[in-house]
Amino acid sequence: MTAAQRRWLLLAPAVAILACVAAGPLLVMLVYSFLEPGEFGGVRPAFSLDAWFSVLFARDMFDPEIVEPNIAHLAILWRSVSLALQTTLVCIVLGFPTAWFIATRPRGTRELWLFLVTIPFWTNLLVRTFAIQEVIRNRGLVNTLLMQAGVIDEPIQMLYTDFAVLVGMAYVFLPLMVLPLYAAMERVDRRLLEAARDLYASRWRMFREVVLPLSRPGLVAGSVLVFIPAIGAWVTPRLLGGGRNLMLGNLIELQFGQGRNWPLGAALSMTLLALVLVALLVYLRAVDPDTRRRDHG
Amino acid sequence: MADTGRSAVTRIPGFTAAALLTFVLLYVPIATLVVYSFNAAPSMSRWDGFSLQWYEAALQNRQVREVALRSLWLALAAGTMATLVATLAALATVRGGRFRGRTMIHALINQPLMVPEIVTGVALMVVFSVVRVRTGYDGMAYLVLAHTAFCIPFAYLPVRARLETLDPTLAHAAADLYASRVRAFLHVTLPLLWPGVLAGFMLAFVISLDAVVITEFVKSAGQDTLPTWMLGQLRRVVTPEMNAVATLLLGVSMLAVTAFFLLSRRRG
Repeated sequence: MTAAQRRWLLLAPAVAILACVAAGPLLVMLVYSFLEPGEFGGVRPAFSLDAWFSVLFARDMFDPEIVEPNIAHLAILWRSVSLALQTTLVCIVLGFPTAWFIATRPRGTRELWLFLVTIPFWTNLLVRTFAIQEVIRNRGLVNTLLMQAGVIDEPIQMLYTDFAVLVGMAYVFLPLMVLPLYAAMERVDRRLLEAARDLYASRWRMFREVVLPLSRPGLVAGSVLVFIPAIGAWVTPRLLGGGRNLMLGNLIELQFGQGRNWPLGAALSMTLLALVLVALLVYLRAVDPDTRRRDHG
Repeated sequence: MADTGRSAVTRIPGFTAAALLTFVLLYVPIATLVVYSFNAAPSMSRWDGFSLQWYEAALQNRQVREVALRSLWLALAAGTMATLVATLAALATVRGGRFRGRTMIHALINQPLMVPEIVTGVALMVVFSVVRVRTGYDGMAYLVLAHTAFCIPFAYLPVRARLETLDPTLAHAAADLYASRVRAFLHVTLPLLWPGVLAGFMLAFVISLDAVVITEFVKSAGQDTLPTWMLGQLRRVVTPEMNAVATLLLGVSMLAVTAFFLLSRRRG
């Protein structure tokens, strides 16, 4: 047996499984997005661009010649992008100081702090989402405390709002921001900070002109790592957002359920995938030093 | 050189306070969950003293026992399969040197990490619905396969990392001493690789135990796992029993993750 034969024999089981239940189904979805919907779900084998058209546009009910933007879809797309960006922002605001705090601990205790950040991350997603529900529901921790302190008389409705989705996603994805930021900050040469201080830079100026630029690769990587699962979120908006606050993931699910428009569902899936791939390209440029060096000539 | 004092050069105003606040925010929801799972009262508005009644209720709930058992054996099956095929694949990609198609293989292995779960979920639902009709088979194999594929990249990472630190000359030395390839692998490479394999399995196990979106779309009636059962329950009125179930699940995840960290830190 040659080395090449042995190699492909070793790879065969993994390739077979991934081709059948990962790559293959995606190709099927791509094909389905160009077909006509069946009457009770499913597809009819006839080529059509309708699904892709209706991702962003709609035809007038009475005069199909009139094309207008699909307001409902655009609103959901916008909510998805906007909530994902807000989540990223919250994670930056909380994650940046946290990562810096960990990176500046003495060597022995750093791993412990890092471990504290990762524990919630490996905890079941539903357990964490449930925990957020418990904290913000009408008879939950926050409202109970506020009412007992006499700050409010009526509970504040937080659960089943966009705010709840934001809190839930930021809570769940925060470690994805802290870890790459930490990796970048850990490498920052302390002598550069000393030099800045020796030259009478204020601490804020040291932050702005030394810490921030040197942490940039971690910041970009963390932002993309948070943005990607946030824009594809399905569980969090379903449990915390209530019925009307759909995100892209929920809209996709709808097409395969009540909506019974599989091609549209497939086209929306491909749209989501495209958004993720764009974010991934940004990520690769940020973390791969080769690409960066090539860019700067 | 612990420069953590007020005058430390690394200090940035407000950062330490913000960091500690973040740790508090990270743990308050989880702590609330755990504390109230021991509350004798059925509501969060008052504390009636310590009680294990919700654990008793959860463990006596036949549905909880059924879905928890299904989750465990599914994670065991998918975790084992994923670790096995990922280890073989890692042996090919690390030891095999550079070869044509390596980038494609890496893209394929990492695909489950990049594609949003909801997209994989509906895609699998569509494909499996056709297979279901054609073959008439409606068992657990669909879930096992879907979980295996999803877990492969997680099992692959630690195995590959471990393999890259191993000295290939050890296997060559075994070959020089007339050990067959299989013998050299079993007696030299595998024992050295083992911590990585175990770490990969732990990771795959936790990921499978956690997988909710893919499971929700692939399962057929009566195949609920603990996460999909919770997903259904959390949409309705939540009883404190759920606190107990969540705390137990939290315990299992934490045990597995601690084991993973200890394993992946162990030197050869």
